[in-house]
Amino acid sequence: MEIHEYQAKALFQEFGIKVPQSTVVNHADQAFEAAKRIKVDGWVVKAQVHAGGRGKAGGIKKADTPEEVRKIAAEMIGQKLVTAQTGQEGKIIHQVLVEAICEIEKEFYLALLLDRVDQKLCFIVSSEGGMSIEEVAEKSPEKIFKLTVDPLCGLLSFQIMAILKNLNLPLSFFKKLSALLHSLYNLMVQKESTLIEINPLVRTRQGELLPLDAKMSIDDNALFRQEEMKALMDLKELPLEERKAATHELSFVKLTGSIGCLVNGAGLAMATMDIVKLKGAEPANFLDVGGGVDSEKIDMAFQILKEDPNVKGILVNIFGGIVKCDLIAKGLVKAISVLNIRVPVVVRLEGTHAKEARQILDNSGLDLSFADNLEEAAQKIISLTSENGK
Amino acid sequence: MSILIDKHTRLICQGFTGKQGTFHSEKALEYGSFLVGGVTPGKGGTSHLGLPVFDTVKEAKEKTRANASVIYVPPAFALSALVEAISAELDLVVCITEGIPLYDMLRVKQFIKGKKTRLIGPNCPGVITPGQCKIGIMPGYIHQSGPVGVLSRSGTLTYEAVWQLSSLGLGQSTCVGIGGDPFPGTDFVELLKLFNQDEQTEAVVIIGEIGGELEEQAAEYIKTEFKKPVTAFIAGSSAPEGKRMGHAGAIISGGRGTAKGKQKALASAGAFVAHSPAQIGITLKNSLKTV
Repeated sequence: MEIHEYQAKALFQEFGIKVPQSTVVNHADQAFEAAKRIKVDGWVVKAQVHAGGRGKAGGIKKADTPEEVRKIAAEMIGQKLVTAQTGQEGKIIHQVLVEAICEIEKEFYLALLLDRVDQKLCFIVSSEGGMSIEEVAEKSPEKIFKLTVDPLCGLLSFQIMAILKNLNLPLSFFKKLSALLHSLYNLMVQKESTLIEINPLVRTRQGELLPLDAKMSIDDNALFRQEEMKALMDLKELPLEERKAATHELSFVKLTGSIGCLVNGAGLAMATMDIVKLKGAEPANFLDVGGGVDSEKIDMAFQILKEDPNVKGILVNIFGGIVKCDLIAKGLVKAISVLNIRVPVVVRLEGTHAKEARQILDNSGLDLSFADNLEEAAQKIISLTSENGK
Repeated sequence: MSILIDKHTRLICQGFTGKQGTFHSEKALEYGSFLVGGVTPGKGGTSHLGLPVFDTVKEAKEKTRANASVIYVPPAFALSALVEAISAELDLVVCITEGIPLYDMLRVKQFIKGKKTRLIGPNCPGVITPGQCKIGIMPGYIHQSGPVGVLSRSGTLTYEAVWQLSSLGLGQSTCVGIGGDPFPGTDFVELLKLFNQDEQTEAVVIIGEIGGELEEQAAEYIKTEFKKPVTAFIAGSSAPEGKRMGHAGAIISGGRGTAKGKQKALASAGAFVAHSPAQIGITLKNSLKTV
């Protein structure tokens, strides 16, 4: 789960990390008032969306007067922001952060993440902070410094010294850097975060270390015991279909093709999309109904697919293990008849209780096509949808 | 021969009396797995499915001489169940539970270092040696005994691959689902090492997915040490790129983790890469001709 910059910065403060003064608002007039309250010479107005690359996409703008803050906020709020990390469809800006500008002497990159390969927390830092950090990583990897923290030892002072040296900071910054890194580490572990990224972390003319940006992700699996974090979830960041799916514990990602896919298991769902694409069509979605699927979830899945006008046919591919095929079949019959699904549906069921499932579907009187294998299933749905298109 | 489990494996089930534990224990018994009892804290001394229930793994091991456990407990209790099973020094622990917090898995991975237990999973379908022992949630009937070792990060896609193999008359030595989580108990390389030494196994299928570097690591090992033909399929080549958060992941992976990258790494290591999920079985069949 991802949280907004303003939420992450509030957590930073809670953990003793100093951040620039700021207020989050959802209306231009509030932005104006906020700017007047934060008494400084200049402000930055920042779109609050779950994506990086905001600066280059026009989602971060400077203002010299509160009036200008209002104008920029009015231009941003309600608009779509398309960045290198949002996908083409972009994200609607619902809120902006009005933040005091600061005098930057140097920009750094600082991230803390759960590394899959080392299976530990690691810091990644670079003296070359700012917008194009991925370019730095590619062109001059020696400027990226990675440091793994042993969970039992925690963050040690020699490691802080190593980070200090890599950032080319003078020794006088040791205490400040140490406090910052320890706070981040504690925040990371306590909130079960998978990523905290600060780009840029700046050294100000006044000699402070300030995080100007903050990206933070929380482990979804931990949300059952991280209620405070769960409350930070912003469902508005998800497309409508994905929001609906999420409330029914379906894993759904909307795509742009015409073949709706309903599959159990993430790997098989991806493989089903892969074969649809290999056969020359485009999948309309990724949909994993999961292990705990019931008739209500199947119903919701079909509703989501029905509401997508691009969907010209639906491919159901279920390989029962934990999921029993007959339960799926009952759900299918109910959903297809109640929702009055008119597009062609190809069903491929194999695994636990597959025979019983086939009987239920055969006796349903519904106009379904069946396939015995993945290849045939993909071919059938593609030929049925292209016939319909003619 | 086979790897990890066979007809002598004495299995207990943690989360035995729960809904999932009950259903899949029944299936395991039907299949002929040597299930000798189960653990549900607070229900020790009772019996379930005609087998004894214990309060702790230690007691269960002492009374039944079990050497393996399968875990079906909910995510919030998985850390305790895993550490308990590892502490009891079982040879093998297979954790089916999906949704275990990542920090709990880091604790488990730290704890298990230097211990004798091998952990498979979590978030996995389990392990099966066809005709001998089934531990987990896979449908037993799709499997046949034979020469192919199967390794997979996926659940249902593994069944798909196995089903294709069996349809072609290619049985399996052992099928292992390592699980789809970022921190699996056992990775591809460790299992390839076991298959390398297993006489029954003549060829191996690896079912990978986008993300992480397990397939790239497997490719390294295959290139240098693995002696048998490997067929690979990587799911997710059609998944759109782009939607992500921040740059740290990209910096650290340095472009690894994509379907293309994994396919390339495996192909250059000499593996036969199936590009369609419908071609996994046939690709393996053809790979046998090269031996």
